[in-house]
Amino acid sequence: MSPLVLNEELSQLSLLVVYAAMAVFTLAFLVSGYHLSQAASSKSKSAQPPGANGTKSLVMLERVSLALSVLGTLILAAGVVMRGIAAARVPWANLYEYSITGALILMMIYLVSVRSKEVRIMATFVVGFVLLVLGTAVSVFYVQVASLMPALQSYWLVIHVMVALLATGFFSLAAALSLAYLLKTANWVENAKTRRTEKFKRIMEIFPSKETLERLAYRFNISGFILWSFTLIAGAIWAERAWHRYWGWDTKEVWTFIIWALYAGYLHANATRGWTGKRAVWLGLIGFAAVVFNFTIVNMFFKGLHVYSGL
Amino acid sequence: MSSSQRYESPDIGLTGWSRWIWRQLTSMRTALLLLLLLAAASVPGSIYPQRSADPNGVAQYFRDNQQLAEVLDFFQLFDVYTSVWFSAIYILLFTSLVGCVLPRTKIHFEALKAEPVQTPTNLSRMPVYQIAANPTGIDPVAEGKKILEKQRYRVIQRGDSISAEKGYLRETANLVYHFALVGVLIAVGVGGGLSFSGQRVLAEGDTFVNNLAGFDSLSPGTFFDPERLAPISVTLDKFEVDYDFVNETNIGAPLDFRATVTVRTPTDQEGQTSLVRVNEPLDATGASVYLTGHGYAPEITIRDANGDISYAGATIFLPQDGNMTSIGIIKVPDNLPEQIGVVAFFYPSAIELTTGAYTSIFPGVIDPLLSMNIYTGDLGLDSGIPLNVYALDTDRLNQVAGRGTDNPAVELRLGETVDLPNGLGTVTFDGIKRFASLDIAYNPGQVWVLIFAMLSLAGIIVSLTTPRRRIWVKQLGASFEVAGLSRRDDPRLEEVVRELTEAIGKGKL
Repeated sequence: MSPLVLNEELSQLSLLVVYAAMAVFTLAFLVSGYHLSQAASSKSKSAQPPGANGTKSLVMLERVSLALSVLGTLILAAGVVMRGIAAARVPWANLYEYSITGALILMMIYLVSVRSKEVRIMATFVVGFVLLVLGTAVSVFYVQVASLMPALQSYWLVIHVMVALLATGFFSLAAALSLAYLLKTANWVENAKTRRTEKFKRIMEIFPSKETLERLAYRFNISGFILWSFTLIAGAIWAERAWHRYWGWDTKEVWTFIIWALYAGYLHANATRGWTGKRAVWLGLIGFAAVVFNFTIVNMFFKGLHVYSGL
Repeated sequence: MSSSQRYESPDIGLTGWSRWIWRQLTSMRTALLLLLLLAAASVPGSIYPQRSADPNGVAQYFRDNQQLAEVLDFFQLFDVYTSVWFSAIYILLFTSLVGCVLPRTKIHFEALKAEPVQTPTNLSRMPVYQIAANPTGIDPVAEGKKILEKQRYRVIQRGDSISAEKGYLRETANLVYHFALVGVLIAVGVGGGLSFSGQRVLAEGDTFVNNLAGFDSLSPGTFFDPERLAPISVTLDKFEVDYDFVNETNIGAPLDFRATVTVRTPTDQEGQTSLVRVNEPLDATGASVYLTGHGYAPEITIRDANGDISYAGATIFLPQDGNMTSIGIIKVPDNLPEQIGVVAFFYPSAIELTTGAYTSIFPGVIDPLLSMNIYTGDLGLDSGIPLNVYALDTDRLNQVAGRGTDNPAVELRLGETVDLPNGLGTVTFDGIKRFASLDIAYNPGQVWVLIFAMLSLAGIIVSLTTPRRRIWVKQLGASFEVAGLSRRDDPRLEEVVRELTEAIGKGKL
């Protein structure tokens, strides 16, 4: 066995690159937010048809925001790859690495789907969420590079965790769409009374119709559900190899199952009369809350065999 | 009049009621609620320690908060996943599932044999609708039929219109998904019943024989038959650990554990030697051997004043921290003037702290040290009550060496022999072996669980990605209409209808 060499300097550099990506994402977030507010006010003046200049500058704003998102993603990708090289393994073996790789995958899924303009408009939500994840990663989850404990030395680390990350990415996008749905259909928005809520209502009007939001969220959620089912099965196969049993109700296994059951409930809700629409959207968001809970609280505070946060 | 009143509110009777309950149970809404209930019921098992996964945690809970623990235990909160209430939910859920899926299977079989539905009178009311002129003058209905049949639609022509349907696989795969889930449940149940898993701690050189007496602990399934334990023996020849010596921030992190074991069977006394690592168990016939833990087993010999051996061998020391400071218990009931008990600390790489206490600063063996507190008195071994070999009840014993007594703790470097206090004899630190904790497990159901799980995964993928589509083409004077309808979400329906309309208009696809 060739000796393991960790590169702490490169890992420090990787952290700096992640900070740089966060700076670019912050710009992207601000520009996309500004784009939303400009689009909303141009719409309110649409008694006269919007001037060609106005439309042009709106398109421009969206393009800048998209370009910044792409740039931020490329920088983040560099940071993630550097971290992997520094640790001489896949960059998702502790909570910090899982977060930065997860953020990267979410951005990649978003950028692949961005051709559809209904998804593109979600930039503020998605980039905002990615910033939140990265911010927590560098401030709370950060750990130095370390070797892989023998329990994690398996190709299943590559498969099981990668697929879990993908599933989480799809669930996150669905959650953004669901949140937009709820904001759009909220009573205080639909029957906006004050000037501020009216302004917010105009912003929400730029978003796709509630039917479209619901349908898109459903599509991302079913992709997430399939990937999550695979995560669960792959985890069970790995558990049999590592811990002699494929299922033992370890805390992480419990939460994987809870998330699976919640999203299975969501799928049923979408086919049950009286449960489609708002109720189903809420269920999807509860599922996502469980994903976030599993990722943060369970990882950090619950006792169990999956003690890999590195904290 | 009572009899007429009875007619007014019809007495549906027992069969009526059971039918009503059955209909409620098998409705989608109930299935949905049961799924959510199952998710909610799983939560407490991640909050409270579970006997199956963490028995020591449960014992600790009882010690810390006896009264609350008893209440929790009454509600089976330490055995959530085998509790009455959890079982009730999943049994109801699966009953609901079967009750829902069986009639659906029958309906689906009929649908598979049936012809596509009648063309609706007013196609423009369908979710996707196009009307186009027919410049080429060909028969749009016949052309549509040709194209749709090529696309593997089931097509039927009725008068001046065709009705086509495709995507029966959606329901087929959905049914497969649900039946496979039932398969998973059955395989889990039957497999669990036939399974066993046992634990055994082996020092290097020790052998374990796969029978009931060979295990330190055993968790058999309900239908497990000890007669069916594979007649094998497992010898731990060698156990090696690689620790990181190179990377400054990672010093002492374990990089690899390797157990070299020899498995012998009645027909193969020579045995097969192979390597067991974490994540790489040894799959022998009838059982697999997994590496789940490790530690040090210092070789210690105790002699009486005459030099006769009263205790000798590798003793399992349980690790207490990442640098492998370990504690071992030695009980010597015979051959000495008094029974003695020893609580020994092993430091593989010892340094002395300013307080005079020792600690280990590296998990590998660099500068090993044994430090022993010696007790005399009745060890309680003759009382008939089973005792934990890894614990010594010092309350009723008399400490003769170690902190708080006149004699310092007995300290030994490798190879040293030191006198015990009060002329009890001597103790020698002969060598250092390692031990491995092995799990020996067998579950004949797990391969079936995997097969059904993969089948269900395939089912759900196909079901969620296959759209069930109905397409109609209808002649309308010099124009023709094309309409489409999908059951549930279908991202491509509009595109399909548009392409079909164009294809018919051009007279070719």
